[in-house]
Amino acid sequence: MNLRPDPTFHATPKLAMEAPAETLAFTLMLSPDGSQPDGLAVVDVDPKSDSYGEIVHQLIMPNKGDEFHHFGWNACSSSLSPLSGHAFLERRYLIIPGIRSSRIYVIDVKEPLKAKIHKIIEPEEVFAKTGYSRPHTIHCGPEGIYVSTLGGGGEDGTDGPPGIFIMDCETFEILGRYEMDRGEQDKHYDFWWNLPRDYMVSSEWGLPPQFENGIVAEDLLSNKYGHKIHFWNLRERKNVQTIDLGANHQMALEIRPAHDPSKDYGFCGVVVDTTNLQGAIFTWWQKEDGTFEAKKTITIDPRPEKAENLPPLLQGFEAVPPLVTDIDLSLDDKYLYVACWGQGEMHQYDVSDPMNPKLVGKVEVGGIARAAKHPNGKEFVYGPQMVEISRDGKRVYWTNSLYSTWDDQFYPDDEGGQMVMANVGENGGLELDKDFYVDFPKGYRSHQIRLEGGDCSTDSFCYPSV
Amino acid sequence: MGDVASATALWWAVVVSGIYHGVNPGMGWPLAVSAALMERRRGSFFRALAALAGGHLLSVMSVLLPFTVLLVLVEWQREIQIGAACLVIALGLYLLVNRRHPRFLARIPPSRLALWSFLAAIAHGAGLMLVPIYLGICQTIATDAGHAAADSLIGGNITIAVTVAVVHTASMTVSGGALGLAVYHWMGLKFLSKGWFNLDLVWALSLVLVGGVALLTVH
Repeated sequence: MNLRPDPTFHATPKLAMEAPAETLAFTLMLSPDGSQPDGLAVVDVDPKSDSYGEIVHQLIMPNKGDEFHHFGWNACSSSLSPLSGHAFLERRYLIIPGIRSSRIYVIDVKEPLKAKIHKIIEPEEVFAKTGYSRPHTIHCGPEGIYVSTLGGGGEDGTDGPPGIFIMDCETFEILGRYEMDRGEQDKHYDFWWNLPRDYMVSSEWGLPPQFENGIVAEDLLSNKYGHKIHFWNLRERKNVQTIDLGANHQMALEIRPAHDPSKDYGFCGVVVDTTNLQGAIFTWWQKEDGTFEAKKTITIDPRPEKAENLPPLLQGFEAVPPLVTDIDLSLDDKYLYVACWGQGEMHQYDVSDPMNPKLVGKVEVGGIARAAKHPNGKEFVYGPQMVEISRDGKRVYWTNSLYSTWDDQFYPDDEGGQMVMANVGENGGLELDKDFYVDFPKGYRSHQIRLEGGDCSTDSFCYPSV
Repeated sequence: MGDVASATALWWAVVVSGIYHGVNPGMGWPLAVSAALMERRRGSFFRALAALAGGHLLSVMSVLLPFTVLLVLVEWQREIQIGAACLVIALGLYLLVNRRHPRFLARIPPSRLALWSFLAAIAHGAGLMLVPIYLGICQTIATDAGHAAADSLIGGNITIAVTVAVVHTASMTVSGGALGLAVYHWMGLKFLSKGWFNLDLVWALSLVLVGGVALLTVH
């Protein structure tokens, strides 16, 4: 507990943008075959530092086979609402779930270069207290730390639907399930919310048998992955509306609401449209009467390619789908970054008008049947994947692994992990920084990035920027 | 003369405790700022402030009124005062030891500010803090009244309880409202993260202090 609010808590997105720039990034390292324990890399992102672009500390976990994926902070700017009663929490702990093992690590990064394990919650405890498995997205909110899961109970995670559970934000005890009425929600992936408007939005990937051993082509072609987004009354814990984006819109993943809570819209990325292999972004919004609507506002076409250049999975299509696997919105709600993991592109859209996004910047690096090199001449394996934007919106970081077994299917010849950064132009535009290139230690791939003091997919703000 | 002086001091305590509650962001003024910004209307600030004030007023009344009834037992007045003081001290000590915030408050939707304000004030003992002060005021008047009939005594005590609650809430609303408006118009929301102090400890200690002073001054 602090005597004053944590200096990294900001009432509005605008104040967060004006705060000092990040000097460190935390990036997850995963061992794709589970032969080594996963870890947390602390990366120097301060251009004035001698070790700029280097991993300055590694915290390796005591277990193998966790498969790190997403993670998050114990506390964020949402604590500045008197309603939360937690204004004096410290942003100090990273909550890192193992998506494969269901184990959860709480890491103390008060001294980032001496990051240490504060607590480990064993999988059995997660199963027993929640009936869920495969914990995934972390957000700090009104009732504590919310954790989404991808699996229900049982060995293969299909005994009951997956959902969200809540952890105490001080003791990190698992308190129990979030949902009181889940409606037709039976799959899960991401979730986020608008706190003053008191609603939450959640999305769907697929059930564990549909992803753990690789993508199941038959399930994809028969549209059996998730394609719905769910709207919840946040504090009543009730699903109030489900929007089906259409069964062909397979894998509705990242939910990115506008950061300014006075805005009543957000975005959701769809990996692939099975009718035409396009990637898509939907804009969703709340209407005057409180109900929600969603509309497809961005489509990205597949690129034709000779079968011989493609992995077996794609040979029949003779095309490279964009595979929109991650999206992220800058704190001023101006630019939406869209990772096209299949084609090896990072797109930048001006979404000042959320119903009319305009492509204003693009970077090509990696990609299926393309393998575009980084401007420094080095390899960038797979494609741009987990993307994180600096609070001031001037730097965009990304890594390249999607999920161990899926990497192997789409990029059977690649191995490794990199983190790169692109600078954003004054009026949009995106250019890779030649001097920032992190190559992860041998045997490791890299996944989500968290920036010191918060970033563009962590903090929820309770006050508008005006 | 002594009674008049102590009555004045006690009424000032009612006002000062109102200011103390009012300027503390934890008691809600930032929610009024948020409402005005969300709806881009200054009127929403006052609507939210009124809801917060209403909840707080009800909360204080709901704590004071049972003591009003208790005061019918004139011959037990001293014991009641001691009991109330001990209760306030006990809550202060409890809050000293248990520094966790009640989680049920986080379940209240932002649209129900009056309910939130009511429960937040109950949970933090805002009303209870006023009990020793209120009993003190009743005493200064009761001694004047001598052996007044029970019903007129109750009537008088209810009037005092309502006045204490109204004065306290008014002082809280004016101070919190002034600070909120200053943030809304001039200081900006940066003030929130800069000017918010963790008063948990001070709050718990002030409960103990109020109870302690009440115990010492019971006669």
